[in-house]
Amino acid sequence: MTLQQIRLIIAAVIACLVAAPFVLNPFSITLLNYIGIYSLAAIGLALLTGVGGIVSFGQAAFVGVAAYSTAWVTAVNGYSPWLGLVLAVVLTCSIAAILGFVTLRLGGHFLSLSTVAWGLAIAFLFGNIDGLGQHNGISGIPPISIGPLALVESRQIYFLIWAIVVAVLFVCYNLLDSRIGRAMRALRGGNTLVESLGISAFQIKLATFVIAAFLGSLSGWLYAHLGRFVSPGPFEAGMGIEYLMMAMVGGAGSILGGVVGAAIVTLLKNTVQDYLPLIAKGASGQLEIVAFSALFILFLQRARQGIVPFLASFLPDLKQSRPQAADPLPLRDKPEPGTLLLKVREAQRRFGGLVAVNNVSFEVKSGEILGLIGPNGAGKTTMFNLLTGALRANSGEIAFAGRSITHDQQFHIARAGISRTFQHVKLRPRMTLLDNVLLGTYSRTRTGLLAGAFRLNQAEEASARYEALKQLERVGLGDKPFELAGNLPLGNQRVLEIARALAADPTLLVLDEPAAGLRRQEKLKLAELLRSLRAEHLTILLVEHDMEFVMSLVDRIVVLDFGSKLCEGEPAAIRSDARVQEAYLGGVA
Amino acid sequence: MTADIAAILAIDGIATGAVYALVAIGTVLIFTVTRVIFIPFGDIAAFTALTLAALDAKQLPGTVGLVVVLACMACAMEVVALARAGELRAVPKAVFGYLMLPLIVVGIVWLTMRFNPPMPVRIVLALLLIMPIAPLLDRIVFRPIADASVLLLLTVSVALHFALVGLGLLFFGPEGVRTEPLTSMAIEIAGVHVSGQTVLILTAALVFSGLLFAFFDFTLIGKALRATALNRTGARLMGIRPARAGTIAYLLGSLMAGVSGVLIAPVNTIFYDSGFLLGLKAFVGAIVGGMASYPGAALGAFGVGIIESFASFQSSTLKDVIVFSLLIPILLWRSLASQHSEEEVEE
Repeated sequence: MTLQQIRLIIAAVIACLVAAPFVLNPFSITLLNYIGIYSLAAIGLALLTGVGGIVSFGQAAFVGVAAYSTAWVTAVNGYSPWLGLVLAVVLTCSIAAILGFVTLRLGGHFLSLSTVAWGLAIAFLFGNIDGLGQHNGISGIPPISIGPLALVESRQIYFLIWAIVVAVLFVCYNLLDSRIGRAMRALRGGNTLVESLGISAFQIKLATFVIAAFLGSLSGWLYAHLGRFVSPGPFEAGMGIEYLMMAMVGGAGSILGGVVGAAIVTLLKNTVQDYLPLIAKGASGQLEIVAFSALFILFLQRARQGIVPFLASFLPDLKQSRPQAADPLPLRDKPEPGTLLLKVREAQRRFGGLVAVNNVSFEVKSGEILGLIGPNGAGKTTMFNLLTGALRANSGEIAFAGRSITHDQQFHIARAGISRTFQHVKLRPRMTLLDNVLLGTYSRTRTGLLAGAFRLNQAEEASARYEALKQLERVGLGDKPFELAGNLPLGNQRVLEIARALAADPTLLVLDEPAAGLRRQEKLKLAELLRSLRAEHLTILLVEHDMEFVMSLVDRIVVLDFGSKLCEGEPAAIRSDARVQEAYLGGVA
Repeated sequence: MTADIAAILAIDGIATGAVYALVAIGTVLIFTVTRVIFIPFGDIAAFTALTLAALDAKQLPGTVGLVVVLACMACAMEVVALARAGELRAVPKAVFGYLMLPLIVVGIVWLTMRFNPPMPVRIVLALLLIMPIAPLLDRIVFRPIADASVLLLLTVSVALHFALVGLGLLFFGPEGVRTEPLTSMAIEIAGVHVSGQTVLILTAALVFSGLLFAFFDFTLIGKALRATALNRTGARLMGIRPARAGTIAYLLGSLMAGVSGVLIAPVNTIFYDSGFLLGLKAFVGAIVGGMASYPGAALGAFGVGIIESFASFQSSTLKDVIVFSLLIPILLWRSLASQHSEEEVEE
């Protein structure tokens, strides 16, 4: 499928949306209005839950904060709904920012539990504050006016609602295809991956969280002025899970899924309300929630993927054009070959009583390949984590390019010019090769959230895409940039990680067991690639098990054993060192 | 606030806390063995109270219908699963375990009720009736996705809670109930009036926690459960079936929740949907213990009870807001205290 065809489809859908109110009966239009409103909240949740991997049960509370804000401004104080919108957005986003700031450092299910907690607390507040009408709610909310035109009828507000939905869809798709959006899509890979790319996971999570709340606030504002009445009911915990259901049924990783999910859930609910009384008279209210929960559980058990990704798999692939040549991204100032680049002095790391790295010191000079070897349990991985900031040293110092990085956060170290790969490959399997490598350019590019969402910085994006393609070509993966990373064999996945690391234009490349699990041919190709990088004066630190691979490649070797440095020297000297032989092969009896 | 009022509030809080503690311990038990954060636990407690009230009124409780429906579903699922796996020989055992056993329980209750049994017997009957529900739900809802992430299990668990609330309304009706007090005694400690009910609640909480402790330390099944909690794969290699361990955990947990429901029913009016708040507050307590430590969960639950008691004295409408807002600092403290390993979200 080409871009042209997609544009045609979009135009046709928009034409249908415009024509709908002239064709459909008022009831269907009202239904469409609610679908649009729920879509906004569900799109927010699709971003937060599907893209960012943060399951939130509290979206309904954000919708409620906005609905109550505008109700208070307009019905209680008599100001314009547009002022209501301002307060709704500002208040909701502020609350989200504060809640996010406090809770987003929590891990996994603890974070989701906190959303249950504040979701409930906020919902309780609505029913218990005197100024907000308590459990009776606030009625008499005026309609939204555009100039002299008051949007009283559902046919009128329909255009406003769906204009907002369509605009939000465009902006969200732009955003996901931009620098910040790619960082959001990487969040599911875990903090270590995200931070190793020079991205502050916390900042990106916070941004995603506030965006989700912002979309919730648009939804709440429209909700209040469509129904002209707010009460605590629609913002309670039950609705929070209904929004989650919409986002997940539609396909949590997909923005369009928010709209599809909202449509399906709303229509299904409507149908259930029509037919349940036929099955069980007088019991429809309670059966509705049972039927819905049961369907949701069944869905989570059987088809977690969601509808939109499922349908999309039947569509022909999108034909994308290869990135065109563009201005290169700025390069880092590289140190002269032979100068001191990395200095580790007396680094120590303890885990309880175990000293994993015990007063290890070594240096890496610019332009060399240094191998860090040692038998199992020697502390190689811990040393590696200390260098990249994944762990903090208990004592000692690590200096990079003349600056201490001992206490720096991971993403600061990555931005300073240390790029890494992982022993267990960490790629985003559902992103293309190009997008995976583009993640590496994050620290070299500047495009912010809004610039990305409104496509204001296309020059930099073009440069980044071209850079990513160049790195793919450099490692030999340039022929299929739009293949999904998850479809590559392991050997190529490791190479892809190296391309991603190279895209950051690192001063020091640290590789964690790059040859592990590779076949002989793949190892030879990898060694060749690393040699060519050295020829370009890139400094490489290598943690590796495979002796043959290390010996043939590196300039110098540091040997660790039981957390301490055993010796250091050129490969030939290390090979004949008695202490090394004893550490690997055991003592001569 | 005078010292007298403070003392009364404290005692009140401890009594509430004891009820939460029982549910909290059950929550921790189920989480450690099955990794499911079983939100509907409060509903189990509330359903026990409603069942007891129906038995008191000499009616057939709605629980009977619920158990029969769930038993049929669970049995059907198990038989289909066995047939697909080609293990038809195991079918009679499955039918017995998932269908006959719950039906026998229902039969016992139905028969015994004809003789107008005294209060203690009715309590036992209520507990008997409530105990099959959670294991059956486990079979229907969680067993097919036992290996999913904690996050997905949590989402399912929240959805299950809403299904149960709907079923609760269907089977028990919208009326609130308050059962007759278990005792009318009262004692005086240091000039403060303490009702017999409070003493009973505390005693029951201590006895049942003690029993659980003994079960874990002195029986082989208890040890198997602990092993499963520590390492599912390892336990499996030692011949412990995680599914069976899960069933036992749900049974035990239901017993704890059921007892707490019986204890709270004479003190608070219980509706079909009262369980949510009860469960969540117990859950706040469980999180204090990091979802792993039983004493920690119990202490946390007592803390919640006391805070709630004092909060409701200050502002009865906002007490729930206060309790749930407290969860956030607690979670922060827990996440700082525990060095959890990084878990990638599944695709």
